[in-house]
Amino acid sequence: MATKKKSDSKADAALYHELLHSMLLQRRFEERAAEAYALGKIGGFCHLYIGQEAVSTGTQSALRSDDYVITTYRDHGQALVRGVPPRAVMAELFGRVDGCVHGKGGSMHMFDSSVNFLGGHGIVGGHIPLATGVGFAIKYRGGDQVCVCYMGEAAVNGGAFHESLNMAGLWKLPVIYVIENNKYGMGTAIERASSIKELYKRGGSYSIADATVDGQDVLAVRETMAEAVERARGEQTASLIEVQTYRYVGHSMSDAASGTYRTKAELEEYEKRDPINLFRAVMQKAGMLTDAEYAKMDEQIKAAVQDAWDFADNSPEPPLEALYEHVLAETASDVLVEA
Amino acid sequence: MPVITYRDALHDALREEMQRDDRVFLIGEEVGVYNGAYKVSKGLLEEFGEMRVVDTPITELGFAGLGVGSAMVGLRPIVEFMTWNFALLALDQVVNAAAKMLYMSGGQYNIPIVFRGPNGAALQLGAQHSQAWESWLAHIPGLKVITPGTPYDAKGMLKSAIRDENPVCVLEGEMLYNTRGEVPDGEYLIPLGKADLKREGEHCSIITNGKMVLVALQAADQLAKDGIRVDVVDLRTVRPMDVEAIGESVKKTNRAVVLEEGWEIAGIGAQVVDYIQRDCFDYLDAPVVRVHQADVPMPYAKNLEKAAKPDAAKTIAAVRKVMYLD
Repeated sequence: MATKKKSDSKADAALYHELLHSMLLQRRFEERAAEAYALGKIGGFCHLYIGQEAVSTGTQSALRSDDYVITTYRDHGQALVRGVPPRAVMAELFGRVDGCVHGKGGSMHMFDSSVNFLGGHGIVGGHIPLATGVGFAIKYRGGDQVCVCYMGEAAVNGGAFHESLNMAGLWKLPVIYVIENNKYGMGTAIERASSIKELYKRGGSYSIADATVDGQDVLAVRETMAEAVERARGEQTASLIEVQTYRYVGHSMSDAASGTYRTKAELEEYEKRDPINLFRAVMQKAGMLTDAEYAKMDEQIKAAVQDAWDFADNSPEPPLEALYEHVLAETASDVLVEA
Repeated sequence: MPVITYRDALHDALREEMQRDDRVFLIGEEVGVYNGAYKVSKGLLEEFGEMRVVDTPITELGFAGLGVGSAMVGLRPIVEFMTWNFALLALDQVVNAAAKMLYMSGGQYNIPIVFRGPNGAALQLGAQHSQAWESWLAHIPGLKVITPGTPYDAKGMLKSAIRDENPVCVLEGEMLYNTRGEVPDGEYLIPLGKADLKREGEHCSIITNGKMVLVALQAADQLAKDGIRVDVVDLRTVRPMDVEAIGESVKKTNRAVVLEEGWEIAGIGAQVVDYIQRDCFDYLDAPVVRVHQADVPMPYAKNLEKAAKPDAAKTIAAVRKVMYLD
């Protein structure tokens, strides 16, 4: 037993280091994205993920590489955790040819088919039916993959959410809908927008298993997600998970972190439960992490993000001929030949 | 050659393509147990089962998006809208998801999907059930938009649409489903983006599409009695549009009438006229005249509806006008 416990704790330590690394990478990446935006290297809308890192890391750590992930326009963190290289994400933000969609998408539209990352989508709720369709396709093919669909809490009041959950419940589709409840849809507090405060309860309206979890606790998020994944793979049923989190920055780069719709005091209160600090403390208490090890990890991550920045900065702009590329796909001529 | 209805031509196209490729499935309201609101999918549930012929709740946005999502990961959905009038609820999925996915994913996710259903006015269905959508859809890069007007075109073009790697909007017609025409046995395909000269003449070109092809042919028959022989150019596909076919006809006849089912402003005809003025300016003997729906929501009363719709008489008057006969 002692041996088994030892190997378990070794495996735990490796996993915990991965989780911490994953969260810290997102944090450092987004801090530099904010800097690049201020310098004018990133244009358009830019929605940062700072504060919510345990959601992407915790949920995605329970997935397989052949599962599918689809998300909203707040997608940098989700893309990084899914395995889109930091260089490709940063180059996309810079609007360069080496970006993950070659400069066609920008901050809100990261895609990478090599890791089944089905994109960042810009219309609130618009991607939820797409996830339902991915679940339908998995069932159609008889596979045991799952599709995870992230959304902000504001999306649950729109028709797309309800239409999707109804079909997923009706047809038992392996989709896990994850509400990242960061409390504000842009500047509107969820209490001012939803007639139901416990958003996960909406799953019950559609016979979908529901759960809620502390989104600042990466292990709790992972555990809740693992249960949903098991349901999806085993019984091919959908789940709705409400993850309680908070964003430490404005809705996008164009608004202040606090001052209008929320107070500085509220922000500071939530910052006390920073997911990275909380998990770092857990690891230190368990003897898995020293200050020196953390500092080293942080240094390596900062170097990797700097490398992504340099790569993006040196990547060329897309060639002008790319303007008309990928409007339509070629249809193979052999399928169009008359039999 | 066998003569069959437009409805059966569509049915045969669906059936043949579902037999050919098991990634193809049909989804929409009443497509299965009910055999289709207009019976286009009759018998398909029995033949292919409920995973491939999927009855949905009344939830256009939801099932259109479901189709797009399934197409992202390898299926080839055919989404039936009971009518395109209901598809307005799903337009976010058609425009923001299906049409833009390939481009905004940098070429990674093409969407091989067909959105199909009846378009435009039938008889006395009132304002909300009587609208022609082709100009809305044709406006969007990333979509193909087809409007077959005959059974022959319906079968060959729907088959091509199902095999296409892009989103294709198929605009059918409630008033077309019972029309009959020659359709050969066995498989044939009609390429998308190619117009068809439905009638050959010399005095004037009538350029049209969809349900209005039959109206144009009626007008052509009447005009022929007075010795006026017209070209009837059936665009068949309104995006991409066969600009060459328009130019070829107008350069021959030197006069053009553009006939469409929908409204005037920013309509398909406006685009056709733009192509004509660009390519055929020096060939024109008269200003181009357009025939279209009156600029009002469709009324219910029989006489008002008739007055609102484009028809053969209005088309004949337009031809006579461009020929300076009246």
